[in-house]
Amino acid sequence: MLEASDIHQFYGGSHTLRGASVSVQAGSCTCVMGRNGVGKTTLLRAIMGLVPVRSGSVSFAGRELSRADPSERARAGIGYVPQGREIFPALTVEENLRLGTLARGGRARDVPDLVFRLFPVLRTMMRRRGGDLSGGQQQQLAIARALTLSPRCVILDEPTEGIQPSIVHELGEVIRRLYQEEKMSVLLVEQKLPFARRVAERFFLMERGSIVASGDMGSLSDDLVKRHLAV
Amino acid sequence: MTAAVTSPGRPPATRRWARALVAVVCACVAVAVPLLNVLPPAGSALHVSDFFVTLVGKLACYAIVAVAMDLAWGYAGILSLCHGLFFALGGYAMGMYLMRSIGAEGMYRSSLPDFMVFLDWKELPWYWHGFDRFGFAVAMALLVPGVVAYVFGFFAFRSRIGGVYFSIITQALTYAAMLLFFRNATGFGGNNGLTDFKRILGFSLRDPATRAALCSVTGAALALAYAICDAVVTSRAGRVITAMRDVEAKVRFCGYDPAAYKLFAWTLSAVLCGAAGALYVPQVGIVNPSEMQPSSSVEIAIWVAVGGRGTLAGAVLGALLVNGAKSWLTVAFPTAWLYVLGALFVGVTLLLPGGVVQLSTRAGRARSTIGRAIGGLSAARRAPRAPPPRGVPVAEQEARR
Amino acid sequence: MTPVLAVDQVTVSFDGFRALDGLTLSLSQGELRCLVGPNGAGKTTLMDVITGKTRPASGTVRFDGRDITRLPEHVIAGLGVGRKFQRPTVFPEHTVHENLELMTRRDKGVLRTLFARTRSDERAAIERALELTGLGDERRRLAGLLAHGQKQWLEIGMLLVQQPKLLLVDEPVAGMTQEEIERTAEILASLAGDHTVVVVEHDMEFVRTIAQTVTVLHEGRVLAQGSMQDVQSDPRVVEVYLGA
Repeated sequence: MLEASDIHQFYGGSHTLRGASVSVQAGSCTCVMGRNGVGKTTLLRAIMGLVPVRSGSVSFAGRELSRADPSERARAGIGYVPQGREIFPALTVEENLRLGTLARGGRARDVPDLVFRLFPVLRTMMRRRGGDLSGGQQQQLAIARALTLSPRCVILDEPTEGIQPSIVHELGEVIRRLYQEEKMSVLLVEQKLPFARRVAERFFLMERGSIVASGDMGSLSDDLVKRHLAV
Repeated sequence: MTAAVTSPGRPPATRRWARALVAVVCACVAVAVPLLNVLPPAGSALHVSDFFVTLVGKLACYAIVAVAMDLAWGYAGILSLCHGLFFALGGYAMGMYLMRSIGAEGMYRSSLPDFMVFLDWKELPWYWHGFDRFGFAVAMALLVPGVVAYVFGFFAFRSRIGGVYFSIITQALTYAAMLLFFRNATGFGGNNGLTDFKRILGFSLRDPATRAALCSVTGAALALAYAICDAVVTSRAGRVITAMRDVEAKVRFCGYDPAAYKLFAWTLSAVLCGAAGALYVPQVGIVNPSEMQPSSSVEIAIWVAVGGRGTLAGAVLGALLVNGAKSWLTVAFPTAWLYVLGALFVGVTLLLPGGVVQLSTRAGRARSTIGRAIGGLSAARRAPRAPPPRGVPVAEQEARR
Repeated sequence: MTPVLAVDQVTVSFDGFRALDGLTLSLSQGELRCLVGPNGAGKTTLMDVITGKTRPASGTVRFDGRDITRLPEHVIAGLGVGRKFQRPTVFPEHTVHENLELMTRRDKGVLRTLFARTRSDERAAIERALELTGLGDERRRLAGLLAHGQKQWLEIGMLLVQQPKLLLVDEPVAGMTQEEIERTAEILASLAGDHTVVVVEHDMEFVRTIAQTVTVLHEGRVLAQGSMQDVQSDPRVVEVYLGA
């Protein structure tokens, strides 16, 4: 289970995360929601160790990760799919995937079978350059690459941003398989409310760097939505 | 890189100390050293050797260059790595006058300089005309570097070339100039340069009194250069320039044209270097293209970094310290000098980023590794802990570390 | 009456992506406008076009009736358009007073600043700015040592001494404490009237506090405009913020 407690983060003098705490159980999916600028991406980056935090702790599967650098956290079993996908455009699909396996350590450079079970279309595109893929295909590649680590937890930052509706639907299915079938912990940031409602089981609402509400997705009332997500 | 601890318009106390320090240095160079060479008889304990007079004169020329460099780099944030070129151009202008002053007393007994006779040239090239007049040569020593700087800077700053790209291009500029001057056909003596000077303004360059006078003039020039730069940095324009160094985009938004301010600081800096070069060549007796080599300009930056950027007085200090050390080491331990220079550069960057002057303020000491070590050692002798720098809130101290 | 700012059919493309798509909006003298919209809606690009940082592919921007579309940045700034960025960009090695003083010069050429003294009207402008932003006691402090909120107010003060007609304020309360946010709301509200102010913000609570008129941008054009109530209940706005 992934747990981030009481994170305080500063960007220069600006207090961007104020005691934010989130948690995700194994085999479940939690969505962090909120308007732009509330600190959702910063929170994910803090969990991943990509930005320094002033105080607070991050742990996964009982292991304390607050002092670990991002590569250690990846090896500990957290896969990260950043906003904007960030696959390597000059490398082929196969090379992008193999890069992920490097973080696993050991000699095996095989891409896990799970990747192709979830994204069969990638097998047909192994020689294609990352930069030549469409947005939706790149997103699939990005998630697949995170999965090559054989992670126990996957963090996705706005995976549906700028993706066509058919692929969005597929992504939703993939995410569901990840936590329902593979029993991973999935932490999601999403702006699209219907998608979040369909895919995630729990929610955390952020406002001004801290969590203002949380609970089961079913209890995300219209009032909360109006106050913290809409204008 | 961190800006200096003291900045223009800051507490007058620091500025007064800096001015006093430089005044003392100038007084030594302009008055004390020359007098102690000319007045006491040779062999007396008070007598300062001719060699030492020339050395001091040279160091003072370097100090002028350092002050000019600090204006461009420490205050305007322009890391120029071609200041050696401006220095050399000023030097060549004076060198050309000194060559023409040789008259017909050269090796070939010709009205043309020796190297031209050697190259079988029949007459003086057009660009050598006028250099028989001292005033013209001085004017050229100031104008030529100024114009070169202005033209280059005009295009570079308008195109918003900055940072390391600009520095690299300046290195290319000085290197290209060096290659140009190496060619005999260019007409400045090729790789031998201009040398064997006999007299300046009628006074023999071999006469110690002439050398002492040159040293004195250099001291006065250093005082003048410092005064000019000091006036600029304490003016409103100076504050714009430092603001531009710190947050250029904002200065542009506020209606100032950064290119114009950079061009001003850069050109003034080049002109001062030219003056320094013109004072240097009669004292050293030679000017050749090796003054334009890229490493010379890098050394200039090291003097300023060691002394302390953005303080003017720090630049003077750095130039004197580094070149003083160089003069001593290249005689005492010739092979050691390059290692010392390298170590100095690395050491200052890692341990004392604000230069030597950083050690003079409490806040500076708190920020530098060396200062903290010194503070730690002296505090260990006194039981109570050293207090944190006053006026800096605790959170800010942590942010700074 | 001529609007203070008239943006007409402005289009900006970056590599095929339309940041602004025929955007039209206008501001009247003395109003306080809040500009909101999801990520990528074009808010920052719009400010860039107004201040002259970005040239639009088509369309015009008129400031007090005058076409400023193709003018360089520092000229537009000189005409009275002030911009405050999200992250404070005060001059850290200068005092609060020096920061303000740097902004007052009417004539900003090199020769003038070399030789001139501060005029009395400039001194008065500095005092007014210090008073409005509450930074009078901090005038000798190095700006780099101020608290985050104070830096933001100093920056607003630095705009004020130039007596701008139009103030563009980008996410002023990001990272501020509650007290700082309230103070910022007071400052901005007191500026409207003498100045025209545009505030870009994501923090809806803050927008609710200060908004007179709200303009919602989406995909490079104006989606909706009106009072906070109008905009909140507009179904298109809700859809855009919550996703289809």
